[in-house]
Amino acid sequence: MDNKALDIAPLEIRGPMHSTLRHDSAHKHVSGTAEYIDDMPEPAGLLHGALGLSDRAHAEILSMDLSAVTAYPGVVAVLTGADVPGENDVSPSGKHDEPLLADRLVQFHGQPVFAVIAETRDAARRAARLAKITYRDLPFWTDIDGALANGAPVVTDGMTLSRGDARAALEDAPRRLKGEMRIGGQEHFYLEGHIALAIPGEDEDVTVWSSTQHPSEVQHMVGHVLGIASNAVTVNTRRMGGGFGGKETQGNQFAALAALAAKKLKRAVKFRPDRDEDMTATGKRHDFLVSYDVGFDDEGRIHAVDATYAARCGYSADLSGPVTDRALFHADNSYFYPNVHLTSKPLKTHTVSNTAFRGFGGPQGMVGCERIIEEIAYALGKDPLEIRKANFYGPKGSGRDVTPYHQQVEDNIIDRVVSELEASSDYQERRRAIIDFNRNSRVIRKGIALTPVKFGISFTMTAFNQAGALVHVYSDGSIHLNHGGTEMGQGLYTKVAQVLADAFQVDIDKVKITATTTAKVPNTSATAASSGTDLNGAAAYDAARQIKTRLIAFAAERWNVAPESIRFAPNRVEIGNKETIPFPDFIRLAYFARVQLSAAGFYKTPKIHWDRAAGRGTPFYYFAYGASVTEVSIDTLTGEYLIDRADILHDVGKSLNPALDIGQVEGAYVQGMGWLTTEELWWDNKGRLRTHAPSTYKIPLASDRPKIFNVSLAEWSENTEATIGKSKAVGEPPFMLAISVLEALSMAVASVADYRICPRLDAPATPERILMAVERLKAART
Amino acid sequence: MASIIRFLLNGEEVALSDIAPTDTLLDYLRLRKRLTGTKEGCAEGDCGACTVLVGRLVDGALAYEGVNACIRFLGSLSGTHVVTVEHLAGSDGALHPIQQAMVDYHGSQCGFCTPGFVMSLYGLWLSHENPGRPEIERALQGNLCRCTGYEPIVKAALAVTRDRPSVLFDPLEKTRTEIMARLWTMQVNERVTISKDGLSLIVPSSAQDLAEVLADNPQATVVAGSTDVGLWVTKQMRQINPVVFINHLAELQAVDLSSDGIRIGAGVTYSQAMEVLARNIPGLQPLLWRLGGEQVRNMGTIGGNIANGSPIGDMPPPLIALGATVHLRSAAGGQRSMPLENYFIAYGKQAREPGEFVEAVTVPRPARDAHFAVYKISKRRDEDISALCGAFHVVLGEGGRVSHAVIAFGGMAATPKRARAVEKALLGKPWTVETIEAAKAAFDQDYQPLTDWRATADYRQLTARNLLTRFYLETTGEPQELKRFAAGEA
Ligand SMILES: Cc1cc2nc3c(=O)[nH]c(=O)nc-3n(C[C@H](O)[C@H](O)[C@H](O)COP(=O)(O)OP(=O)(O)OC[C@H]3O[C@@H](n4cnc5c(N)ncnc54)[C@H](O)[C@@H]3O)c2cc1C
Ligand code: FES
Ligand code: FES
Repeated sequence: MDNKALDIAPLEIRGPMHSTLRHDSAHKHVSGTAEYIDDMPEPAGLLHGALGLSDRAHAEILSMDLSAVTAYPGVVAVLTGADVPGENDVSPSGKHDEPLLADRLVQFHGQPVFAVIAETRDAARRAARLAKITYRDLPFWTDIDGALANGAPVVTDGMTLSRGDARAALEDAPRRLKGEMRIGGQEHFYLEGHIALAIPGEDEDVTVWSSTQHPSEVQHMVGHVLGIASNAVTVNTRRMGGGFGGKETQGNQFAALAALAAKKLKRAVKFRPDRDEDMTATGKRHDFLVSYDVGFDDEGRIHAVDATYAARCGYSADLSGPVTDRALFHADNSYFYPNVHLTSKPLKTHTVSNTAFRGFGGPQGMVGCERIIEEIAYALGKDPLEIRKANFYGPKGSGRDVTPYHQQVEDNIIDRVVSELEASSDYQERRRAIIDFNRNSRVIRKGIALTPVKFGISFTMTAFNQAGALVHVYSDGSIHLNHGGTEMGQGLYTKVAQVLADAFQVDIDKVKITATTTAKVPNTSATAASSGTDLNGAAAYDAARQIKTRLIAFAAERWNVAPESIRFAPNRVEIGNKETIPFPDFIRLAYFARVQLSAAGFYKTPKIHWDRAAGRGTPFYYFAYGASVTEVSIDTLTGEYLIDRADILHDVGKSLNPALDIGQVEGAYVQGMGWLTTEELWWDNKGRLRTHAPSTYKIPLASDRPKIFNVSLAEWSENTEATIGKSKAVGEPPFMLAISVLEALSMAVASVADYRICPRLDAPATPERILMAVERLKAART
Repeated sequence: MASIIRFLLNGEEVALSDIAPTDTLLDYLRLRKRLTGTKEGCAEGDCGACTVLVGRLVDGALAYEGVNACIRFLGSLSGTHVVTVEHLAGSDGALHPIQQAMVDYHGSQCGFCTPGFVMSLYGLWLSHENPGRPEIERALQGNLCRCTGYEPIVKAALAVTRDRPSVLFDPLEKTRTEIMARLWTMQVNERVTISKDGLSLIVPSSAQDLAEVLADNPQATVVAGSTDVGLWVTKQMRQINPVVFINHLAELQAVDLSSDGIRIGAGVTYSQAMEVLARNIPGLQPLLWRLGGEQVRNMGTIGGNIANGSPIGDMPPPLIALGATVHLRSAAGGQRSMPLENYFIAYGKQAREPGEFVEAVTVPRPARDAHFAVYKISKRRDEDISALCGAFHVVLGEGGRVSHAVIAFGGMAATPKRARAVEKALLGKPWTVETIEAAKAAFDQDYQPLTDWRATADYRQLTARNLLTRFYLETTGEPQELKRFAAGEA
């Protein structure tokens, strides 16, 4: 053994946990060599699919003449619901309410009715426009008002959370206010649209490459639609060009169609909808109408809240149940409600079925909550921050530590996060200066707001909180990593590789990250609910632990030392003080000694349980916290605005990778800002979505981000629970930091009526909504 | 007559004779050349994932500009150098400094937008010595990223353009002379016609030849920058035939200054016109910076903006307010001119005869003491289509009374349209708040705007009135418009 090399052995490996490391694919991203599904070499004879969409919002299909479609040059097949050998359904909720291709009944404008398969994508797209479909129109409604007016059914049962006696406490409260808030939806606008490529295999086999956050569900759906068992279906996902929840369930239809056509035609088939079709035919964030009734006292302390959260769910359940549940779980944000009654109404509308989107209802829950805070503040003539502080959850055991779902908040750090940010951002001084400025400014007005975030981590469906990983150590000491999580840009693969590098104490370049596939790790959960690293990191750690346990037993026996004296040092293994062996050599010895060098790891989140019917339990393993201060300027003549500055302090526990975490925080804030400002979904009176492309649907640009943007992690924070490396989930929580944008805009509007009237600014706060709110307040001031 | 389109693609010469008139550069790169680094995010020029550089010879120099490959037709590339992201890294795989900075500053997350950002920044790097934040943000107006929030990308851009690691290794700097020589040999002096499956593209050899082509094919679609026509093809799947490309015609790219004003050829892009327009009519600068994104400004023409007759085009309102003249030309009718406002007759109807094309527009400089401003109102500040766009041109005469008032709006009617009733209410009156307030009511006579996804009728009407207030306040020396960057801020 060459011991000389060890004299210069590094003290630390490259890429352990808690180190700043670039994204594993960064060099490929920048050079255009990172492969997305549409970049893969195309199989010989590949066919292309396109969707035929309904042009009615709600109608019975009387007849479908597809002869012109079939006759179009290059068309190989036209598929309808009748061609589905298994069940014509891709509903992830088990409610059988989401046909792959609509049969007889269409329930939204743009619903897929048939699919064209052709030699080229261009031919498929052109042919898809040639169908002649006759309909009998049925009554329809596209928004919440319409749903309420028409007594619309719910797509799934609503939920109620209740603690104390809200009704009595409202009656008894010194002050009481009621109001309503409208919160718009949001298109994911992942830069890579949906795509699936299916290659038929022997017997019933089919392999699908899908841009999905949930390969196991795609596998399940393909099997379900084709009427075959899951073991005949393999789904692969190396990376997505963004997901944000939009690829949690919405990829099912494209994967199922590609697989259906591939098996039927015995050729490879690719489905890549055009951006407009993607935006038309796939679900979005839910719009909400929040009706609130709050009782409080002169100090601004809340006595009771009664609120209803009604949501535009679209035509089917999809994930609307858990989304509207999560809205209620966050209707308290960081505040203790002594008495509370919350209800959700997941309403059916004749629009595309809404789905998961970063925060999963949580943001809407919180925005509604912050409106309540504002109402109290303007009613009392106080800074909303004072009201926020007066209502924060207390420390554990304070009696002010129980949520509306009866979970005790054990890890509360919101006071510290907020007070540190308040100081570091110079909030008080700036607020005073802004009030001064507004006094002397005719047209331009400014606003500032500090808002907190407390976000519950875990899938509320307890069963989903499990994960698997597969780790091989090859005899040359290189390591192969696979797990059930998917990479959509968040850096999950990098973080899990860090966990493994750290566990084995090898440089991270020795760990090969491999594409997520249902063939290696089965029965995985969606990479969602911010849980990717918590779950998959822990599963990979478990696999490493198993292999290390075997290696230690082997070494103890071979060198006749105590197991405790064996240490995995950077890129080497120390056998007590007897010998130090480079990791590859050590592994080689283990191989010859017939040690199993592969393991399947597994993890399930402890502690959590949830009884939905009772509205009680511990749905969350822990909470992630954060706070932001945003300063804005508005033009009271036009409603235009600028985001001048944002300061953020966010809690990710003990960060596994500060660079990636800061990236998540910044990206989430700007995405949340888009949701609350310029991103507006607009349906016309035919029920047709008219903002279905980036020309009409405006997500933030570089020039929209805060001009000054200070982002820090709460470096002192550690998860109090035993998560991997004491870190916390980061995907979703920072999205809600953007609520301070809306609140700051609201303050700027409020200035025109001397901060005495709550502007009741709805979201998204487009320039038009700002101007109209300014006009309303000007008219109302006396 | 030739029937081949030749251009350089990275290091290789391409000669195409088997193409349809609306085949896009993006499909060619991805499907035929398997250069898959260039991505499709929208196929309508709005996301920048498909950004490539196109180098062309302008006034004897080689200029590289970022363009949207998704709406760029192959037929428009004759004699150019197309550069994709694959061309940046060294043959040893060493990243270009811009790419390395994007890695070092964590400028990519999902990575799908990244090649487009790299190319936009590369375009900036080639054209600006030391850009500050305003220049960087403008260079990125045409690139969407949904993951990063842009902060690390701008940081990477600032760092790399500041440090500017040796340009000797830059793949385009080091080949500049050689590429120019190669492009010279590829310039075509004759008409190019290519037909495929009954569809043809025509690249005329001169303005006169263009007139003849249009005389023979009055139903032809003229394509300048294809920033409008591109979408007819990729989104509406419209069949257009034949397609006549004009973006290469030097005669249509002339900019001439005379006592009549600034004459801008129909083929002049926004980027080309930017400097001369901003220098002569500073009031246009903010609008030009907010028109499209960088890629659209590099392709789109003022001629196309006028020719398409859109009620929401941004150039007609200010040009009408300035009293611009449009020049039309045809083989049969020769050249004729008319006030620009007369060109717009009704929705979808312009005063352009079959066979006629827009040759140029002449924009008079406003008088030294004139007040001129144009305001664009859109949901998102940059790269958005106007909900409304209002231009104001007022001269105060004796006793501070209004002696000249031309006000024109886009987005308020079926065509770009003057606010004649408002103008009337101002003319001869003293320039005071009272006059302004009294004139506002006249907007109701001039415009009955519509409600759509960009804005409601009420908002349009109210904001149009308020813009008059803004204009008035600004003439009194009180700047009112929100500006992200103060003048001169870096
Ligand atoms: C992402 C994006 C952003 C945009 N943003 C804006 C914006 O902010 N403001 C705005 O006003 N527009 C915007 N546009 C629209 C478009 O860029 C402009 O209208 C542009 O000026 C069109 O010029 P072009 O040279 O690209 O025209 P083309 O697309 O080539 O042609 C447009 C029309 O004009 C005709 N035409 C062109 N030149 C001539 C000629 N010389 N003689 C006769 N007919 C001619 C064509 O036949 C066609 O009908 C945007 C477009 C995109 C894709
Ligand atoms: S693909 Fe979006 S701009 Fe070209
Ligand atoms: S990194 Fe994902 S869109 Fe920019």
